[in-house]
Amino acid sequence: MTKSHQELPLTPISNTPSTLNLTGLWRVVRPVIDLSKCKKCTICWKFCPDAVIKLVDDEPVIDLQYCKGCGICAFECPAKCIIMVKEGEQ
Amino acid sequence: MRMVMTGNYASAYGAKLARTEVIAAYPITPQTSIVEKLAEFVSTGELKAKFIPVESEHSAMAACIAAQTAGARTYTATSSHGLTLMHEVLMWASGARLPIVMTNVSRAMAPPWSVWVDHMDSVAQRDTGWLQFFCQSNQEVLDTIIMAYKVCESGGVMLPAMVIEDAFILSHTSEPVDVPDQELVDSFLPAYSPEYKIEVGKAMGFGSLVKPDQYMEFRYKAMLAMKEARDRLLRVEAEFKHVFGREHGGLLERYRCEDADVVLVAAGSVAATAKDVIDAMRAKGVRVGLARIRAFRPFPHEEFRSLGSKVEGMAVLDRSYTFGAAGAMFSEVKASMYSLQKRPVVKNYIAGLGGRDITPRTLEKILEDMLVVSKRGAEDEVDWVDVAGLPRRWR
Repeated sequence: MTKSHQELPLTPISNTPSTLNLTGLWRVVRPVIDLSKCKKCTICWKFCPDAVIKLVDDEPVIDLQYCKGCGICAFECPAKCIIMVKEGEQ
Repeated sequence: MRMVMTGNYASAYGAKLARTEVIAAYPITPQTSIVEKLAEFVSTGELKAKFIPVESEHSAMAACIAAQTAGARTYTATSSHGLTLMHEVLMWASGARLPIVMTNVSRAMAPPWSVWVDHMDSVAQRDTGWLQFFCQSNQEVLDTIIMAYKVCESGGVMLPAMVIEDAFILSHTSEPVDVPDQELVDSFLPAYSPEYKIEVGKAMGFGSLVKPDQYMEFRYKAMLAMKEARDRLLRVEAEFKHVFGREHGGLLERYRCEDADVVLVAAGSVAATAKDVIDAMRAKGVRVGLARIRAFRPFPHEEFRSLGSKVEGMAVLDRSYTFGAAGAMFSEVKASMYSLQKRPVVKNYIAGLGGRDITPRTLEKILEDMLVVSKRGAEDEVDWVDVAGLPRRWR
């Protein structure tokens, strides 16, 4: 909701954590992993610029609440097991 | 206590008397002796402050921003290329509404390489949202630093300020300076206590992303703050005079302007020379005066409008030049008076770039030209003074 200038603090200050900002809503394309081809090399985990890939039993799990769909994981994956799928499509 | 000191030491004593808590600086000619003196104060324990030596002016300002965000009163000093390297973070300091105070020893920009006085560096930072005070004497440097903290730290302002000394003419020239007692300064300037600051155990985000629906409201608030700074300076200076017994002329110092036909407009140390020239011309019956721009930001619009309706001519001396336009001070002085019913002839005189001396004779020539121009209008709106190769009257 838009606030009047009188209601705003002097400068943008937030007392809530930035994790409330669900940046996954920005996404146009979504990473989809074929775990049968995954070599568990963790390269996607290292390269994710938003640090939204977690390793569960050495396998990557992407937090889609925050993933912006940049596609760096798919580009870097040496096993080519990540593909980018347009949102709204299977 | 009266001491003999340079403008740079006056800056250092001003920062010390203001009980600055964090100083971050990088040395540059002719600012170096400010931070050398402050480093000495810190090392001897005379000033209880954290001194952070950094690797660049950009880092110096970044360190001040961080410390000020944590609730500390901060100070830095720089000059010319150092100031322009800070440009990006100067905008951050004002947008984050941090009342940092900095001395800029105003020096020419290269090339041609020069270490001497020129206002190009300061004028180029006009739009950063900092208050800018041009000083005329070493006493004014010390006093303005103390006043600047009080103006800037008030809740309605919360903007940073630049106190400007002319290179060498003030920075390295010794004058008698009254150094006030610490107790008196303490009574005038309370400890810094901001509404918001970084605190351990309290999660907060500073400088967050603001979308187009709210960005303008924050800029509007900064605009209001700069307006408030204008009135605040006048009130703070009145209080300063009450406590310390001296003042420096508000936003626009007027010297012998009552009944003047022609007024010289200038900023910085040249104003002191101009006062002598005006006294000499007045003794011969010529009605001239001086309007010294002390605050370039906030700009003294109201003062110029009140003065402009009473005089025939204004000779605006700029110690810098905005290529493709004119001197910045000239453009703003002229614009501020445009809507007056009766307005003076205004002409721009570019002089003293890169440390060239502005002698009493130079100022006399400018005023003599203006006395003629004020009657018949200016053929050229901008004249460059004392440039080799130009017609004789300007040499």
